Amino acid sequence: MDFSFSEEQTLLRNTIQSFIQDNYDFDKRQAIVKSEEGMKQENWKQFAELGLLGLPFSEEDGGLNFGSVETMIVAEEFGKGLVVEPYIQTVVTCGGFLRRASSNIKEKYIPGIISGEDIWSFAYAEPQGRYNLNDLTTTATLEGDNYIVNGYKSVVSGGPWANKFIVSVRTSGDQRDSDGVSVLIVDKNSEGLSIRDYPTVDGSRASEITLENVMISKDELIGEEGKGAELIELIVDETIAAICSEAIGAMKVLNDATVEYCKTRKQFGQPIGKFQVLQHRMVDMFMQYEQSVSMTYMVNLKLNEEYAERRKAASGAKVQIAKAAKFIGQSAVQLHGGMGMTDELNVGHYFKRLSMIENSYGNIDHHLKKYSSAE
Amino acid sequence: MQLGFKDEDIKFRDEVRSFIKETFTEDMRKTLSLSKNGHAGKDLHVKWQKSLYERGWMAPNWPEQYGGSGFTSTQKYIFESEMAREGAPRTIPFGLSMVAPVIMEFGSQEQKDKFLPDILESNVWWCQGYSEPGSGSDLASLQCKAENKGDHYLVNGTKIWTTMAQYADWIFCLVRTSKTEKPQEGISFLLIDMKSPGIEVRPLITLDNSPEPHQEVNQVFFEDVKVPIENLIGEENKGWTYAKYLLEFERGTAYSPGLYRGIKNLKEIARDTSVGNGLTLLDDNDFLNKINECEIQIQAMEFVELRIFSALSAGQRVGPESSILKTRGTEIGQYLQELAVEAIGYWSHPFVEDTFANINEPSIGPEYAATITPEYYNGRKTTIYAGSNEIQRNIISKAVLGL
Repeated sequence: MDFSFSEEQTLLRNTIQSFIQDNYDFDKRQAIVKSEEGMKQENWKQFAELGLLGLPFSEEDGGLNFGSVETMIVAEEFGKGLVVEPYIQTVVTCGGFLRRASSNIKEKYIPGIISGEDIWSFAYAEPQGRYNLNDLTTTATLEGDNYIVNGYKSVVSGGPWANKFIVSVRTSGDQRDSDGVSVLIVDKNSEGLSIRDYPTVDGSRASEITLENVMISKDELIGEEGKGAELIELIVDETIAAICSEAIGAMKVLNDATVEYCKTRKQFGQPIGKFQVLQHRMVDMFMQYEQSVSMTYMVNLKLNEEYAERRKAASGAKVQIAKAAKFIGQSAVQLHGGMGMTDELNVGHYFKRLSMIENSYGNIDHHLKKYSSAE
Repeated sequence: MQLGFKDEDIKFRDEVRSFIKETFTEDMRKTLSLSKNGHAGKDLHVKWQKSLYERGWMAPNWPEQYGGSGFTSTQKYIFESEMAREGAPRTIPFGLSMVAPVIMEFGSQEQKDKFLPDILESNVWWCQGYSEPGSGSDLASLQCKAENKGDHYLVNGTKIWTTMAQYADWIFCLVRTSKTEKPQEGISFLLIDMKSPGIEVRPLITLDNSPEPHQEVNQVFFEDVKVPIENLIGEENKGWTYAKYLLEFERGTAYSPGLYRGIKNLKEIARDTSVGNGLTLLDDNDFLNKINECEIQIQAMEFVELRIFSALSAGQRVGPESSILKTRGTEIGQYLQELAVEAIGYWSHPFVEDTFANINEPSIGPEYAATITPEYYNGRKTTIYAGSNEIQRNIISKAVLGL
């Protein structure tokens, strides 16, 4: 039992911290968010140079062979900077699928991620399915050597930036069966794929994707046909672990900013931080944060456990982080008073990012049910 | 970063488990389960502690030179967790982990020789004289007076919320030895023999309504009590320093194992409770969600504890962050008690004064029901005692957030 970080891990954290310091203060971040593209290609190149894009891939595949703790460190520090470049989507989520694919697929695609050439996104959500990963009306029918894909994917995070998608499809069974779910790689330029891009409230971008008779070679299938549900759940759990890490980074910034503000803001002749009612609110924010850090460590360390244990870890962590995200986000705005309401101050932007994390990959009610079902 | 224990620690865990299995008998479990407030009579506790002493496990936190168990910090954590998981009686802290560390740090050689062995062997029962009717959270305002008469102090005043003073042979007290501008500066730390003439112990019946002699707390009155001067700890008027040391000594208590036990019990109750549609309460998703939410909060506690424990093993100082444990541990504990009352429904209505009598007569409703409501009422104390949770928040605010 040991919760300390190795020297190498501390070095990694320092690297990201100095990247954020140099390239991602709030003004620079806002400039990126407001630019036409909405992300900065130069940053992505720098991620590649720093080796971050190869973090979880095996050495055979050209990566650094790091584990979930290193991913946690990167995501946490990115959370502090509200980094919009789609690191988790590309490296953790889509990279997670690719790491488990056939050697042909690995050879074909992983180098493009590591070098920074390709950006990926996971298109899984459908309007009728809400958080149920298996509720799929997007279908793929094998005709000869190709799948013909038809359907619609919603709120695909980082969609406008991605040139490759991993898409969950139904190859057999009924709409909500876990059997019959498959995972396909779909190129953005595929004929029949149309896309509508838009900004999200946290300053990122997303897309609605329509697939109409898109022809995908059967070589682009990840895993076995019809057996994709388990893999998807695993990758989503790994993604949950990463966004929990991102969230604790964002929470830390809000808590520190709030304490600092209450020490300097004066009303009734004294710093408002002298008022006990505000102090106790900040202590509760601090305790929510500490518990979230603990749950984030826990889920990152339990991703390789057997199913029930992993299920409880991921859903438990997601519930805690979602509650803390809401409480800390709302409280930070409240304690900053009128300033907290302004778009000019960074506080509201962290609040919005945290609010999106709150229901990404399932909200509190959803994960309480998943937690129950893991018995 | 890694989870899991080393082989030698697993071996130690198994030793603790088999000790509990052999020593925590069915009779003891039964008696303890009938308690409304976690206490089950002097004899049971002394018997339990003497078997811990014989095994060499009475004092995990003491230095070995005084008879401490010599546990590594991992072993301490395992030991405490296993005990809590089984619901074994907690060692009574007043001698073992409150006055003893103060004697070790600030006491004279005579005091060490006189008091420490009897504490270790559970020959002497201690209680704590801190709070007074007018001094709760503001402890430094205490008024109980000790006048220096040369060879003895003359003590007059009263102490309140004195846990199990009815069994106590000795009491350690904070007393006022001088009137100073800063109230902290006129306080001394005295050890007082409970058999001294002029001491009276009156039971205070609390919301759990445990009848005498099972009351948890008392008020102790001192009228012209003579206390030999050699019973002063350290220097006169320095008592506040010693009291603060005591408060810092025991930190990093693990709450989560006991709370997980509460979840387990709660599920058993829910499984045993019919809800009027042919199903049990455990089939009721609304209730199940509350259990699961609570369990997730305990998961978070567990990993806060493990992080603190890991930092301690690495030799790092753990400061007021551990106030989180007291605050969250007690709040979750209260929520569990609340859910248990909710679970038993109408069986929370009957009032049973002497739950220990249930050994001999049939219970009203299920056997486990009788103590659930009193435990809930009794449990309200946890956010009030040992520095109310509001005080804990003040501590974190000042020491961690720097406000």
